[in-house]
Amino acid sequence: MSAFSYTQMIHTLAPQIALLVGVLVVLAIDLGPLRGKSENIRWRGIVLAALLSLLTAAWFTSSLALPASVAELYRITPLSLLLNHALLLLSAIILLLSVGMTPTRHISEYVSLILLATIGMTLLTGATDLLVLFLALELFSLCLYVLTGMDKLKTASAEAALKYFLFGAMSAALLLFGFSYLYGIAGSTHLAVIGKAIAAAPQDPLVLMAIVLVLAGLGFKIAAAPFHFWAPDAYQGAPLSGAAAAATSSKVASFAILIQMLLVVFGTAAGNGSFHFTQPGWLPVLTILTAASILIGNFAALAQHNVRRLLAYSAVAHTGYALVALQSTSPEAVSALLYYVLTYSLATLGAFAVLTVLQQQGYGDRYADLAGFSRRSPIAALCLLVFLLSLAGIPPLAGFTGKFLVFGAAMQGREIYSGAAVLVGLALAGSTVSFYYYLQVLKFAFVVDSATQSGPTPPPTRNYLPLFVSILLALLVILAGVFPSVLLDAIHSAILASS
Amino acid sequence: MLAWTVYISFVAAALVLLVPPRYTSAIRWFALLSAVGGFAISLVAMIANPAGAPVTLVDVPWIPSIGAHYWLSADGISFALCALTGLAATTGILFSWNIEHRVNEYFALFLALIGGVYGVFLANDVLLLFFFYEIAIVPKYFLISIWGSTNREYGAMKLAIYSFVGSAMVLFGILSTYMLTSGVGFGLPDLARHALPHAQQMWIFPLIFLGFGILAGLWPFHTWAPTGHVAAPTAASMLLAGVVMKLGAYGCLRIAMALYPAALEPWGFHIGWISSWRDVFALLAVIGIVYGAAVALVQQDFKFVIGYSSVSHMGFVIFGLMTLTGIGLDGAVLQMVSHGILAGLLFAVVGRMIYERTHTRMLPDLEGMGLASRLPFATVIFVLAGMASMGLPGFSGFVSELQIIVGGWSSYPWLTVAVGIGIVIGIAYTWRVMQRAFFGEQIVSIDRQTEKHEFLPITWPEKAGSFLLLAATLLVGLFPSFLLTRIATAFASPFFDGLRQGRW
Repeated sequence: MSAFSYTQMIHTLAPQIALLVGVLVVLAIDLGPLRGKSENIRWRGIVLAALLSLLTAAWFTSSLALPASVAELYRITPLSLLLNHALLLLSAIILLLSVGMTPTRHISEYVSLILLATIGMTLLTGATDLLVLFLALELFSLCLYVLTGMDKLKTASAEAALKYFLFGAMSAALLLFGFSYLYGIAGSTHLAVIGKAIAAAPQDPLVLMAIVLVLAGLGFKIAAAPFHFWAPDAYQGAPLSGAAAAATSSKVASFAILIQMLLVVFGTAAGNGSFHFTQPGWLPVLTILTAASILIGNFAALAQHNVRRLLAYSAVAHTGYALVALQSTSPEAVSALLYYVLTYSLATLGAFAVLTVLQQQGYGDRYADLAGFSRRSPIAALCLLVFLLSLAGIPPLAGFTGKFLVFGAAMQGREIYSGAAVLVGLALAGSTVSFYYYLQVLKFAFVVDSATQSGPTPPPTRNYLPLFVSILLALLVILAGVFPSVLLDAIHSAILASS
Repeated sequence: MLAWTVYISFVAAALVLLVPPRYTSAIRWFALLSAVGGFAISLVAMIANPAGAPVTLVDVPWIPSIGAHYWLSADGISFALCALTGLAATTGILFSWNIEHRVNEYFALFLALIGGVYGVFLANDVLLLFFFYEIAIVPKYFLISIWGSTNREYGAMKLAIYSFVGSAMVLFGILSTYMLTSGVGFGLPDLARHALPHAQQMWIFPLIFLGFGILAGLWPFHTWAPTGHVAAPTAASMLLAGVVMKLGAYGCLRIAMALYPAALEPWGFHIGWISSWRDVFALLAVIGIVYGAAVALVQQDFKFVIGYSSVSHMGFVIFGLMTLTGIGLDGAVLQMVSHGILAGLLFAVVGRMIYERTHTRMLPDLEGMGLASRLPFATVIFVLAGMASMGLPGFSGFVSELQIIVGGWSSYPWLTVAVGIGIVIGIAYTWRVMQRAFFGEQIVSIDRQTEKHEFLPITWPEKAGSFLLLAATLLVGLFPSFLLTRIATAFASPFFDGLRQGRW
């Protein structure tokens, strides 16, 4: 190994350093200049500082000279660059949504946790070493556990945080156990080296153990059934923007690392062979996760009466749809998967933005609270229509295009009796089920007339950020659906340039 | 130019949504204007192309990585159905003139639905066609569940789910085709040229045909249609029966039959008398014709009668397609147009002219009201529409049904006999509702009571809409060649080569 270059490291990690400075600044200004000011001013000042650090990070990210790497630990590829931009954007939107809407007095802590989580996620997309990977994963997971518990007014929040944490700790243990097998096989923690070692001995039963354990650990992060039990409670109990972070940006980062693990590390595992012709060894396990997620997610969502829980179960189902793409390991399939996850995050984030608007009006998040929503705030209701229909997969929205790309890529070049075609059939059947429950929510928003308010009417708000964010996201969802090639080509060329 | 029908509808939908609902009449007039605009464009485009030669309107790459194009084109079938859509949109808006509740949203959804329908009829790329096809599902749900009547939420949800299940089947078929034809893309003519192997067509065809057939009211998957029609507000039932069911039939023809023609060949084995998918669907269509008519015969709710008659008439379309003769296919397309006009007219009379005044649709109640003398205009229109619907010469239904029967005679003589029975039952149920609803014995006591609140007079939009539809059915009935030459040109085009195979 060559001598470790610290200038190289600082250069490569400049975005993360910018974020870390942002965290410190946020904490400092809350203790300094903003001390004793009203909550309103504190929120604005702190979020402004955080946004500035995100912007700086984005600027550093785009000015990185490729290829850039930190020893064997962290490597920036065009793909991780693209994903980091997306993650920074998602974090910025999540920050905008939290302004004034999060029931906590610990404003700087809340915001700095979001920034810290962003550091973890952006590190994760470029991790090339098991240890960095695990540290990055735990960095943002720990932040999310705390964010989930930040709603001090609700016991449900604390309960959800504890559940999320316990499940998370369990899955981290499984993941680490799997990693230990990998280390045992290869004698190295570097992903590419492990990949080579597995290629040399693809039939090793230890590999199989490692696959199962790693998929269980990562399955928790992406909320794949049967590792999804934390999701409904966390979505429901957490403050809205915290739940949005767990639902969107964390999922993007986790999918990125899942792809990395499956294709780079386990790509050569016995089944046998890496690409096209034969199936990699992780396929059976992944197929089970996919089918279970589609079935459990959709059927559990049918029984919900709370929008957040519905979003949680539908997230499980969407994880299933996205995983269908990995039936094929072609670059097209991977880009379809990332397109799907990114547009899914936009739509889900949008749904949380609309829930924030609803919360501003003093309503909860049961279906019944949505009654008459289209009369009270027609624009937000229209945005909700866009987001939910996108999730249901109705054109011209991004959800439809994403589904089509994923299913098309999975089936491309296959036979009809292949597992891929069967899974696509299952996914399509699942999406007809999902159409019912999304429509059920929209029925409350548009058809049912009035609702009884759960609390006293709050004073009319002057905070138009959630509404603004909803409109922005709705436009993005529509544009990504009608002109998918812009995003898709960017992802596809990034993947080709990275491999 | 025809592509503008799509854009006008969607842009108008977006604009109408922005107008505050208190400007009711501005919204109505604007919606009417854009619908008339679409109608005029489709008529002009049809007249400007007397031969009905296929034309490409737009063709630009859309999603290059999978080979999807934004490709709109029109042939004789599209011309005819676009004109029908324009007519249905215009008259639908005329018959929605009394909508007061959430006016802007109503017309926005209405126009969005119309835009999707135009898009389906013009799309020349499977993915694009499907794109527009699904756009049409959501507005239907809201139109029915917000502005509907009897059991509206149930009817709307049932319709939406049936449609969505159908479209999921179609999507699976499309994906399978994409899977099996790498590199061909989604252009309809390209896919028609690169026919799949026989064995593949055999299982993709029924999937897609059935998926579209659900929306075309194919028995036994028709049950969404009567409940949906009954629940829907008048203009929505006019659109549902008038054009939305045609989307299904059009998909059956344009995608299922044209792209997978080999699937219509015999299986090579028999199950009783049935030896091919063609036999299966022909049989289902004829069952639909007879069953729909028979059920219509015993309904007490006036709108259910019309709803089941739609099922029966759509059976003619599917049967015409399955005859696989030139004349039968021409007749099937003409029947789509004809039923679109007539169903619109019948629903307009029942839903708007009668129900909005009497507040009942039950035949026993209507029987005593003496509508013939109290609503003479509605009576005349219904009698004319009923005659057309029975298939009397001079009206559109006669020409199309005659063609279908002639075509059927050479392909399925025994089924054609059953179709004849269906027509006879059709006369019976039309006669029955006409008799009971309009010419019932006027019960004196009820009459005295209601004389005090006389029915509101028929308004001008109702008259204008009725005259438009009547003129259309007469025009198609008296000068069918106007449409038939264009439709025949379309069927003679290379696109249908696989289906034709020298058969006509």
